[in-house]
Parts: sequence; structure tokens; C-alpha cells
Amino acid sequence: MTTIVDAAAATTAARRTPPPSPRRNRFRSAVVRYRWLFLLMLPGIVYFALFRFWPMYGAQIAFRNYIPFLGIEGSEWVGLGHFEDFFTNPDFPRLLTNTLIIAALSLFVAFPLTIVLALLLNELRLTILRRTVQTLVYIPHFLSWTVVVSLTGLLFAAGSGPLWTLLNGVFGGDTNFLTDPTWFRPLIVLQEIWKNTGWGTIIFLAALAGVNQEQYEAAIIDGAGRWDRVWHITLPSIRPTIVIMLILQTGQILNTGFEQIYLMSNALNRSVADVFDTYVYFVGIQQGAYSYSTAVGLAKAIVGLILIFGTNWLAKRFNQQGIF
Amino acid sequence: MSSASHKRFNTPAGRVFDVVNVVMLLGVGLLAILPFVYVLAGSFATELEITTRPFFLWPSEVTTASYASILSSAAFVRAFVTTVLVTLVGTTIQLALTALMAYPLSKVDLPGRRTILSLVIFTMVFSAGMIPTFLIVKELGLLDSYWALILPMAINPFSLIIIKNFFEQLPHELEESAKIDGANELQVLRHVVVPLSKPVLATFALFYAVGIWNDYMSPLLYLNDQDMWTLQMILRQVTASASLTAEDLATDVPPPAQGIKFAVVIIATIPVLLAYPFLQKHFAKGMLIGSVKG
Repeated sequence: MTTIVDAAAATTAARRTPPPSPRRNRFRSAVVRYRWLFLLMLPGIVYFALFRFWPMYGAQIAFRNYIPFLGIEGSEWVGLGHFEDFFTNPDFPRLLTNTLIIAALSLFVAFPLTIVLALLLNELRLTILRRTVQTLVYIPHFLSWTVVVSLTGLLFAAGSGPLWTLLNGVFGGDTNFLTDPTWFRPLIVLQEIWKNTGWGTIIFLAALAGVNQEQYEAAIIDGAGRWDRVWHITLPSIRPTIVIMLILQTGQILNTGFEQIYLMSNALNRSVADVFDTYVYFVGIQQGAYSYSTAVGLAKAIVGLILIFGTNWLAKRFNQQGIF
Repeated sequence: MSSASHKRFNTPAGRVFDVVNVVMLLGVGLLAILPFVYVLAGSFATELEITTRPFFLWPSEVTTASYASILSSAAFVRAFVTTVLVTLVGTTIQLALTALMAYPLSKVDLPGRRTILSLVIFTMVFSAGMIPTFLIVKELGLLDSYWALILPMAINPFSLIIIKNFFEQLPHELEESAKIDGANELQVLRHVVVPLSKPVLATFALFYAVGIWNDYMSPLLYLNDQDMWTLQMILRQVTASASLTAEDLATDVPPPAQGIKFAVVIIATIPVLLAYPFLQKHFAKGMLIGSVKG
């Protein structure tokens, strides 16, 4: 967006002032030379302006009492009022707890499992076997959350679902896993592991493919066992990738994935299922509290931004490659 | 193979590990598709078998009654056709916009390139959120329009950057000689760059297609009119009606038979699974080419 403005300003300015500075002149001739390329890019730039940056401008309604009739600028400015309301809301501690627990389970259970699976796949010698397993474990990633939640519903269906029968048979009981609040988080993490662990290995396997094989040969000559090699060669060589994925994941901590949580929540498990993402939907879309819910979303996005820059800074402090 | 790399695996403990590893990973692979195989079997089973037999991978009596029942629903067929059309049109538009923007950005000396790329990357780490985007879509008059399922997600910044990176490493000589022959930028893109990038573009076309097909949030937010619902919305309505939400349980409408739920899940998944082999052929390569570059 800035660039269009810059470019436009540069052209008009150049037209108005007879002796343009050499630098501006160069820029202008570059813009002229590349005009066709700019034309090709125009739809994309309009897209980013309309659907990515205009909402950022519109997010200022978080600081106003937005009334659609009055428009964004016409609505009354209330400063941080909505943020205060949110942080002092009795729902806030529950939302924060629920969000953080799900994020922590994903970070400390699902993420390490991805690395473990990648390492195990890397140890498979037969290419055909590895390809087969990879093909299978990638599949769930391409199923929609609606399908995954529906599958869960069918597998855990009270009275007839295979996993309902199995678990209640083993532990003896009559639990309805789909509505019992204690089972909500395990199910969420289980779904995430099933859907995304396989796919998540791609990036690590790519890094593992680049490890210099001579290192292993040298280690064997030095008498290093298999575990030694994994610990001292394989893991260190994918450390940069792990750090990068960790930074990205940390930035996503407050994004619990709207579709999954929304689809899995029901009247009986709302005490554990309500997270920031679904709260924004319920309060904003269903109840029409646009300004308040925008404030909630904005608070979440700002914390995410701070987290991603924070972890990136930390990673660099510890001499790792960051993402910026 | 050198003797060292042979030795690498041939200790007794190493061999035991290999066997355990193979068995375990095959188990993991099986677990990835087992739920789906069960639902596939259930979709061809009788109502009685589904409710009485806890687990099976092959129905004792094969019937297509569930499919017949779901396909006789006009609302379902309409949603299916609509979703196919929206996916086809949407994918074309999204891929075209992405490639058209990626190509100029792949020119290293394009004025303003760094600024635009920084802004694109910024949208990856910061977004205004659900409500402001919803209000813009509303402002643009896209509520209750299928464009709302396509345009707000027209360019995925990750895809854009990866395609741009791919274009960057194409040999420049071909483009130059095409230009000397009098081709303009659009012609160069169409006749030189696109043919060279087919695998990458095919990969991202399929990613976009899967994205639209699987999308639940956009129709939930932007389509109020039930007659416009996409397949994922119908799927949700059918499968959630009895087992998931207590609110729905309270209604007087009799829940659809179990078999229908199985069949709907299968129909909503099959197109994605059909695309998967094509996707799989390319994505590892496509992802690697441009992935994680500063």
C-alpha cells in the first residue's frame, strides 16, 4: 500500500517540479520501466489493501463505541474502555486458563511428538516403507475440522461408537466423552495429534535430508552408538528448524483454532471449551458487541505479536537463527 | 555403500530397534486412516449393524441405503454442486491473483519490492481479527454472497512468498530472450514462467482448493441464508444433530439415522482424497523449494 502511495507521489511530484533530484528521477524511471509489472501486481495489492490492511484500520473500533450507522470515524472514542471491561470481566480468567491449557498441551505434547515421529521416520531404511508411512500420516491434514469432529462424534458416539465401547469397557463406566468436560481437552489434543502430527514432520524431514552423511560415518568409526548419533548429530542438525517452528508456534499460543474448538464445544462443556477465539465469535457475531469483541481480538493479536518477537529475540540471544 | 554405513545399522540392538520402529510406524500409519476406514465401512452398513456392532472394517451386509437417502435430499445435492462450483471458481481466482503478484515480486530490482514484501510478511504475524474482517466483508456487500468464501482469503501470504521464491530461481535467460522477441510481461509470465512452474502452481492450486472445500468458518460467518450453505455446513448439521449438542437434542425433530452421518462424512471427504495423490506427488518438492527463507 505504502508503495503505491510512494510511487504515485513520486510520479506526481516529478511531474510538478521541473528539476527532479537524480534519486527521485531514478525511482521514477524505474516505476515507468516496471509499469507492466505493477499492473500485474495491482489486483494483489488491492486484495491486501482491502482484506488485510483495511481491517487493521477498522480495528480502531476497539477504542470506540462503534455504531454502524455513524461509521468508524463517527463513533464515539472511548479509549481503553473495552480493554478494561475485558480484563475485569468475570469470564476473563476462565478464558485465559482454557486458552493457555490447550496451547500448553499442543506445545508440550503435540509439538515434541512431531519431532519424535520425524526422527523415527528418518531412521526407516527402506525408502518404500518410509514413503508408505508418510503417505498415510499426511492424509488427516487434508480433512476439514468438520470431518475430524464428525469422525470423533461417530467414534465416541454414546451407545454405539467403537471408542466409546472400548474405553468404557476397559475402565468400566458410562462416560459420554463428547459432553463430559473432563474429556474435552484430551479429545482436542488427540484430534490435533491425529490431524497434524504427520504433516508437521515434513519440515523436519526436509532438514534431516540435508544432514551430511559423512558425520555419521565418522561417528561410527569413533564408536558412537545409534542413540549417540541421534543425540549428537541428528538433533543438533535440526535445531535451527526446531527453534523456528517453536517461535512460530509461540506466536500462535492464543490462537486455539476457531473451527476445532467451536465445533467441539456444546452446552455441557462450555466451562472448559470457551477460549478467546470462540468468545470473540459468540460476543461479536452472535451478540453484535462489535467494539468489545474487536478489543478482545486485538488484545490477543498484540500479545501474539509480542510473543513472536520476544521468542525471536530470545532465540537470537542464545545464538540461534531467528525468523526475522 | 561403504562398510561404515553398513555397520551403522548392523549391531544386534540396532536391528531390534529397526524391527520395533517398522512395526510402530506401520501402526501409526494405520491409525491415521483407521477412523476413516471404519466410517467408510459404516456408510455401507445397515442401521442395525452400526448400532449393535461396535467396530468393523467390512459390513456384514452391504447396502447403499444411506447414500440413497442422503442423495435424495435436494438440499444436500444443491450444497454439493454449489461447493464444487465455488471451489473451482475460487481456486482459479486465488491462484491467478497469487501468481500475478508473485511474479513482479520475484524481480529483485522492482522498486518498492522490499516494502511490499515486509507488509506481506507483517500480515502473517498480525491480523486485525475476525470482527474487523467481518465488518469489511459486510461493508463491501459480500454477506450472503459466495464471493465472501473466495475473496477474503484470495492470497495466502505463505503461498505467495513460496511461489515468489520459486519464480526467483528460474533461469533468467529464457525470460530475457522472450522479451527480446517482443513479448510483454504478461506474455512472459504466461508462456515462459507458468509452464516452467507447473508442479509448484499445481500444488498451490490444490492447497487453495482444499482450503475452500474444507472451510467452515467463512460460510458460518458470511452466509446467513440456509439455502446457500456449503457442504461442510450441511455435514455439521447432519452429524451434530444427535450426538454432539445438547441444544439440538432438545428439539422435536427426529435425529437422522446413524448411517446417513457416515455417508455424509464420506461424501465430504472423497473429493479431497481424490486430489491427494496429485497433491502428494508435488507438495514435498513444492514446500521445500521456498520454505523458511529468512
